[in-house]
Amino acid sequence: MQLTGADIVVQSLKEEGVEYVFGYPGGAALHIYDAFHRQDDVQHILVRHEQGATHAADGFARATGKPGVVMVTSGPGITNAITGIATAYMDSIPMVVLSGQVMAPLIGFDAFQEIDAVGISRPCVKHNFLIQNVEDIAATIKKAFHIATSGRPGPVLVDIPKDITAQLTEFIYPKDIAMRSYPDVKAARPAEIVGAVEAILNAKKPVVYTGGGVVLAKAQEELRDFVQTLGFPCTNTLMGLGAYPHNDPLFIGMLGMHGTYEANMAMHDADLIVALGARFDDRITGALDDFAPGAKILHVDIDPSVIDKNIKADIAIIGDVKQVLTQFNREIARRVKDINPELTKDWWKQIAEWQGLDSLWYEHSDTVIKPQYVVQKLHEVTGGDAYVTSDVGQHQMFAAQFYGFSDTHKWINSGGLGTMGFGLPAAMGVKLAFPDSDVACVTGEGSIQMCIQELGTCKQYGLPVKVINLNNRYLGMVRQWQEFNYEKRYSNSYMDSLPDFVALAEAYGHVGMQITKPSDVEGALREAFALKDRLVFMDFITDREENVYPMIEAGKNHHEMRLRPAK
Amino acid sequence: MRHIISVLLENESGALSRVSGLFSARGYNIESLTVAPTNDPTLSRMTIVTIGDDRKIDQIEKQLFKLVDVAALEDITISGHLEREVILAKVVIKPEQKADLERIVKAFNGSLIDVSDTQSIIEMSGSSEKIDELLNSLSGIQIIEIARSGVTGLSASEGALSV
Repeated sequence: MQLTGADIVVQSLKEEGVEYVFGYPGGAALHIYDAFHRQDDVQHILVRHEQGATHAADGFARATGKPGVVMVTSGPGITNAITGIATAYMDSIPMVVLSGQVMAPLIGFDAFQEIDAVGISRPCVKHNFLIQNVEDIAATIKKAFHIATSGRPGPVLVDIPKDITAQLTEFIYPKDIAMRSYPDVKAARPAEIVGAVEAILNAKKPVVYTGGGVVLAKAQEELRDFVQTLGFPCTNTLMGLGAYPHNDPLFIGMLGMHGTYEANMAMHDADLIVALGARFDDRITGALDDFAPGAKILHVDIDPSVIDKNIKADIAIIGDVKQVLTQFNREIARRVKDINPELTKDWWKQIAEWQGLDSLWYEHSDTVIKPQYVVQKLHEVTGGDAYVTSDVGQHQMFAAQFYGFSDTHKWINSGGLGTMGFGLPAAMGVKLAFPDSDVACVTGEGSIQMCIQELGTCKQYGLPVKVINLNNRYLGMVRQWQEFNYEKRYSNSYMDSLPDFVALAEAYGHVGMQITKPSDVEGALREAFALKDRLVFMDFITDREENVYPMIEAGKNHHEMRLRPAK
Repeated sequence: MRHIISVLLENESGALSRVSGLFSARGYNIESLTVAPTNDPTLSRMTIVTIGDDRKIDQIEKQLFKLVDVAALEDITISGHLEREVILAKVVIKPEQKADLERIVKAFNGSLIDVSDTQSIIEMSGSSEKIDELLNSLSGIQIIEIARSGVTGLSASEGALSV
């Protein structure tokens, strides 16, 4: 049977098992929107801004491991979506973005709402396509999903001219696709495994350093086997939180600029760093010249380009981290008699000393709400079981430091691009995926205002997320850097005219709360999470000048952490 | 160090801009870039001349290989290789320089094409170094326009880059 290009788009999404498409209609996409209207299998979620669509799809993808899908129109539709596409690209999130394009004969003539979507997205997509013939739609969408979800995942854009969505052709959805230029990398060579395990078994000061790749590969069980069999200390990056349970004695906390003292010191003094699905980002390494000076680097990643990019690997293994960990575990099991806990005894003694500093300590207050306290209480009230999305800033770091994640896919944040405005729409995507789970968006008054209009989307679709606004009336992280590096010249980092967030939430039809006293924090959280069917916007008026500690200032080394003055 | 990277990529629209975009976005040097379809019309061969230390070249190769359109690549400067570039140079011919010009062009195995009373176009192919030498030898002869193709090349080793 012949279908229009628009119907083929929607049928292809059905073939891919897509439940939700996040988007916003417009002229060039209207044939496709009409096709959405004529079916019930794929539900379109109307956001209030295309950036919201991409973040919602991204949140859905991070929580489920399935690709997020976005539909936008040409011109401003796709340009508005770019921030969210770049966010997904930086964190390797599987996403397929469909964009309407002006009619093919008009392309290149500066037509109304024309923009070179393929060109403008090129630096921030894994791959992109401009459809030229209606016969290519189905196969291209199949390829887009394959590329987005395999290897190192990422966003893929498919740009579809309007006239092509009106043309007719036979709908044949390919079962398989062959892409000779896109090889599948999975397992490591056996000899590589043997050599790596030899180094692992001989380490006296090892650290297992894991990143978002462990989450993406769903390798948390293999990681736990690996770490627990060896008795090695394990640290996660911001993107890897949850890959190893926060309350396990082998976990030494988050690594990096605002990671724990013990994690950063262990990296600096290690003799072996086992890097798994992590890319030695500058927020992790600090200054490169004195990074882990005595360490042998064993680096496992599916993307060869991250190997040796920032830090030279002594042993490099290209492969899917889940498969490589399985290979490691098998080889370690074969050599189980060679595991010698005595080798790392002194190392653990040293780590315990560093842990004794309690680098996440903060000063409690009975009069002013400390943001860390809100996050700790959030953990208690939700049993540590909520999906937590965050925006970007101090609140993000407090959430990362104090929530305590025990499972992957629960911590949803923009690590690579650091996108303010991410948290609320991402929470919408998560809530759609898991309507029976608690979903908290930890945000700040600066970040939330970047996509606050998505409160409307939450109302329309009944998405009762809980917004935890840590409101210090400053762009807190900016203020913190200005305090440390610019002699407290708080240039443009404060908010002079904040809205009444309670009234604003209520104007959208939600519940608003303002909490000003520490003694009210827990009760308010309990009340909010008890309201299962309502979005609650909780405006916590927090300490204006609380800072995130510990901190490695940009350009400094791991062992040069700035700690809060001793308790 | 100068490297010549030979790339086989899918002959699809946008492939060239993906490669050039990669170089500009990541701040890699690009000295010359040539591209044309191969004997397999679904594949293009791209020859990129770039400069960098081993670490940088390694990163360039990995980033290139990450592009979905790239099917295969090799740094042909590692092993023995042959490289050629074509130059067309338009020169003004003064009567007293004519014999000199012919001698120089002949010495470089070039030829004079499109000759008129007042000007001529020199055509020559060879390594970029040889072409530079030709241009240096023309001192005193007024060159009014040149077009260089950029380098293309093949590895001299056994076998061939294939997919």
